[in-house]
Amino acid sequence: MDLISESGSVILTSFGLTVRLAFFSAIFSLLLGVVLAIFRVSPVPVLRWVGAGVVYTIRNTPLTLVMFFALFGLSYQLGVNFDKDLIWRNAFWLAVLALSVYTSTFVCEVLRSGINTVPLGQAEAARAIGLTFTQNLRLVVLPQALRSVINPLASVMIAMTKNTTVAVTIGVTTASMVNEASGQMKTLMEKNSDQILLIFIIFAVGFMILTLPIGFIANWASKRFAVAR
Amino acid sequence: MKLKKIAATVSVLALAGSLAACGGSDDTGSDAGGDKIKIGIKFDQPGLGFKEADGDYSGFDVDMAEYIAEGLGYDDDQIEWVEAVSANRETFLKDGTVDMILATYSITDERKAEVDFAGPYYVAGQDILVAADNTDITGPKDLDGKKLCSVTGSTPAENIKENYAKGVQLQEFDTYSKCVTAIEGGQLDAMTTDDIILAGYAQQDPGKFKIVGAPFSEENYGVGLPKGSKDRDKINDLIEKSFEDGSWEEAFNDNLGESGYQLPEPPTVDRY
Repeated sequence: MDLISESGSVILTSFGLTVRLAFFSAIFSLLLGVVLAIFRVSPVPVLRWVGAGVVYTIRNTPLTLVMFFALFGLSYQLGVNFDKDLIWRNAFWLAVLALSVYTSTFVCEVLRSGINTVPLGQAEAARAIGLTFTQNLRLVVLPQALRSVINPLASVMIAMTKNTTVAVTIGVTTASMVNEASGQMKTLMEKNSDQILLIFIIFAVGFMILTLPIGFIANWASKRFAVAR
Repeated sequence: MKLKKIAATVSVLALAGSLAACGGSDDTGSDAGGDKIKIGIKFDQPGLGFKEADGDYSGFDVDMAEYIAEGLGYDDDQIEWVEAVSANRETFLKDGTVDMILATYSITDERKAEVDFAGPYYVAGQDILVAADNTDITGPKDLDGKKLCSVTGSTPAENIKENYAKGVQLQEFDTYSKCVTAIEGGQLDAMTTDDIILAGYAQQDPGKFKIVGAPFSEENYGVGLPKGSKDRDKINDLIEKSFEDGSWEEAFNDNLGESGYQLPEPPTVDRY
């Protein structure tokens, strides 16, 4: 139990960083995912190609590579930086960028399958009363599509929360040099190699505390907002 | 339809085969023991313990390990190399994954409580590597306001931040090779760890990097052994013998001779 009294606050800080990574990545991946999904069902061929291109390249690239590219490609080679002076802030937002773009491709495909659950008659009726493509999506199709994919979206978000651990490859830390959860686990294991099992359990439980509620809320919400047909 | 079924069966069999292969190699690993010696080394530290692209192993630690294994009665082909990353060295020794470890393994009192050490066979010191044209970093105090690279979970960088330069910014990666890339590209200013490890990277690209050459700590590299190992005295004898018959110096010159880093005097073996 020395471990908890000595490192408890560090563990909490590291999970705090994990939560911040997951929070911002959730927001941006959902937004970008919706945009990609609209691209993929739009009547403009170029938009459809762009959407499909992004989804097929990034969804099939390992996240480690996307993350690595964000730092070594975007930041180091192309000079795309969120903060030129502070390493930790730059790394944090690069990680959010990588996670958001990567996760958005999964969000897009989930949404697209949701769009397919909306009966064709609805879209045709909407067009018949004179709604434009955007009005049709915004008022008729997307609200129903979103409500039917709450559970699969939650799965994507749970996977994303666990994927924040990949941020260790580019060394994401807080200002006081505390790593996100997986990096902190490695650090603690190095310093307390006799308690590896305990450390492992602490971090596994920590992730369950973060992700289980996502599933519960999604279950509740999917019933509450189910589309009655 | 039939073709699909066959393809599915084949892929399932292939998967099962690969799983079985994994289990198999693990089993032989723990059963063999008698006629093979399993030595834990680093696979990713050029000049010390490194797995070459063709599958060979090279480095100062590797040559020393071969020398010790030979003295214990094992041929080169009886050695099974195991990758021992820093975080799992004690665990590997305790659960028998390896018989001994030569992996830039510093002897510390904390570790002595868990494992035994023979040696030291080398005394390293924490130092700083910078790009060859860098002139404004000559010691750890100059790192204030600079960008310093280290690996996740290692103490050297914390040491600098706490004791020498409070204003240093740390970038942590999972490997030192990434640090080297970033210093070469000019995005980071320096990296820090033991001087002999830095020498390994300097040797890889002679002329691109330099080691500041002001070591500010002392790390005694020892041969890690399971607690209560019977071979400890014998290995201590072998390490002393390597100092005397020139094998130690040869191991250094073969692997780190062109790094611009000078070989220090051999250490005194500590028979605690």
